Amino acid sequence: MKIIDSTLQPRIDSTLDVAHVRADFPILKLQIEGKPLVYLDNAASSQMPQAVIDRLVRYQTSQHANINRGVHYLSETATAEYEAARRKLQYFINAREDREVIFTSGTTDSINLVMHGYGRKFIGAGDEIILTTLEHHSNIVPWQMLAEEKGARIRVVPINDAGELLIDEYEKLFNERTKFVGVMHVSNALGTINPVREMIAFAHARGVPVLVDGAQAAPHMKVDVQDLGCDFYAFSGHKMCGPTGIGILYGKAELLERMQPFKGGGDMILSVTFERTTYNSIPHKFEAGTPPIAAAIGLGAAVDYLSSVGIDAIAAYEGELLNYATERMRQIPGVRIIGTAAKKTAVLSFEVADVHPHDVGTLLNQEGVAVRTGHHCVQPVMLRLKVPATTRASFAFYNTMAEVDTFIAGIRTVQKIFI
Amino acid sequence: MITKSLYQEVILDHNRKPRNYGKLDKASHHAVGHNPLCGDHLDIDLNLEGEHIEGIAFHGESCAICKASASMMTTVVKGKSLADAEMLIKEFRDMATGTLDLAHPHHLGRLTVFAGVRDLPTRVKCAILPWHTLHAALNSVSTASTEAEDDPMHAPIGDA
Repeated sequence: MKIIDSTLQPRIDSTLDVAHVRADFPILKLQIEGKPLVYLDNAASSQMPQAVIDRLVRYQTSQHANINRGVHYLSETATAEYEAARRKLQYFINAREDREVIFTSGTTDSINLVMHGYGRKFIGAGDEIILTTLEHHSNIVPWQMLAEEKGARIRVVPINDAGELLIDEYEKLFNERTKFVGVMHVSNALGTINPVREMIAFAHARGVPVLVDGAQAAPHMKVDVQDLGCDFYAFSGHKMCGPTGIGILYGKAELLERMQPFKGGGDMILSVTFERTTYNSIPHKFEAGTPPIAAAIGLGAAVDYLSSVGIDAIAAYEGELLNYATERMRQIPGVRIIGTAAKKTAVLSFEVADVHPHDVGTLLNQEGVAVRTGHHCVQPVMLRLKVPATTRASFAFYNTMAEVDTFIAGIRTVQKIFI
Repeated sequence: MITKSLYQEVILDHNRKPRNYGKLDKASHHAVGHNPLCGDHLDIDLNLEGEHIEGIAFHGESCAICKASASMMTTVVKGKSLADAEMLIKEFRDMATGTLDLAHPHHLGRLTVFAGVRDLPTRVKCAILPWHTLHAALNSVSTASTEAEDDPMHAPIGDA
């Protein structure tokens, strides 16, 4: 089966040609406030290359119909393309089987699926769920809802001042009541890469399943779910050059089969009478209703694109961007980087002395620089590090060293305005 | 450039040296304003005598737009009648949300330096928060929030 779209030129060398890559992203030609766009909000959402845009257009102009229903040409074509996209995602994360890859609306939906499908069935009164201080609200709130419903308890792994998990403390949290672990692979606010492989091994030795929130990892590093050993892995399409409204839940087949459905409706059933409904097999059991077919196919094209650039080349290049930006930023008096873990992705959260993040963000926009300001959906992290909010620059493989310079110059401009 | 005109000297000056910053020794009215989206908060103390604002002070954590808006607000409403203050609250809110035509007569005076926020939807709340909080204090409501459901600016901004 063809995995790589033939319209893309293979790039076999391990180094990344950023000029070549940038030409693939039409939005990067925009001017903001009369200045070239410098898009540094990739952790919130990434931009889409022409190959993915073209794939969406091709689907809508020549392949669209509802899937798994019709016997007509378009329905069969759409079904085949949708399932082909599932296999592309399977290979991208090295899942053992394609039925272990469930299309969801995004990471939040994926985590809620696990909470309802696994948590509500297997977690009960007095049981404990381990989460970490770093978690995004989307990997906290569903478990709080479950804990409230069941009378379960949430235990939280603390972090150090650099924003790294305290693994000794993690290990101490385990006891006979521990029934589940939820941990993010990469911190959205700080960029910390967590040692999830080791954490999973520790949990498995005690018979505890682990959900990994991979929203900030899948776009930036090689993810191999079999190597990690995780039971569940959740991520979003729109953070990895794909469309919004689509995400993935990877789950081990034997667990998915034991879980109860999350949503009821069409497609997730084998037979329905008013007396009894028989559920469909996985992954369809978890894909009730008409899924976002176009977005799924678009995500398939996005992982083809990322693979053609090379995920290892992306990781290496983004590492260079991070090192350069960190070094430049450390030279600016009055700027403090929040999140200094030894292992990081290209995320820089920072404070500018005596300037509120919202003012930093508004004034950087004047220079054409798009950054994120606020609590980044991680209020427990902000509370722990004693910052009300930060400004966050998050890089992607289409950013350049020259853009880092523009960003740094922008911060100096902000400081001058506020002297 | 809209942004440049917003961060003009008068706003930066009030941010650096906020007027009426602190607490009143004896306050007849008090309210706290919150912007849960950014964690900013603002305390306002009022001393009302009859139908007039005799004393006003504020303190809190906020961005430059919010702090300057609060500072200038205190200088403008001090000594005003309650009716005049409510009129200014309404006019300021309408200006910030873009529903006030500044070509028509109004009472905002130098507060029009904030007119530029209408083009920055995510910053409108920063400018309005002090005025909401003043409104709450005048009406003996102890808290105001930019995310309260009866807030005309209620529009949560997503996060990721």
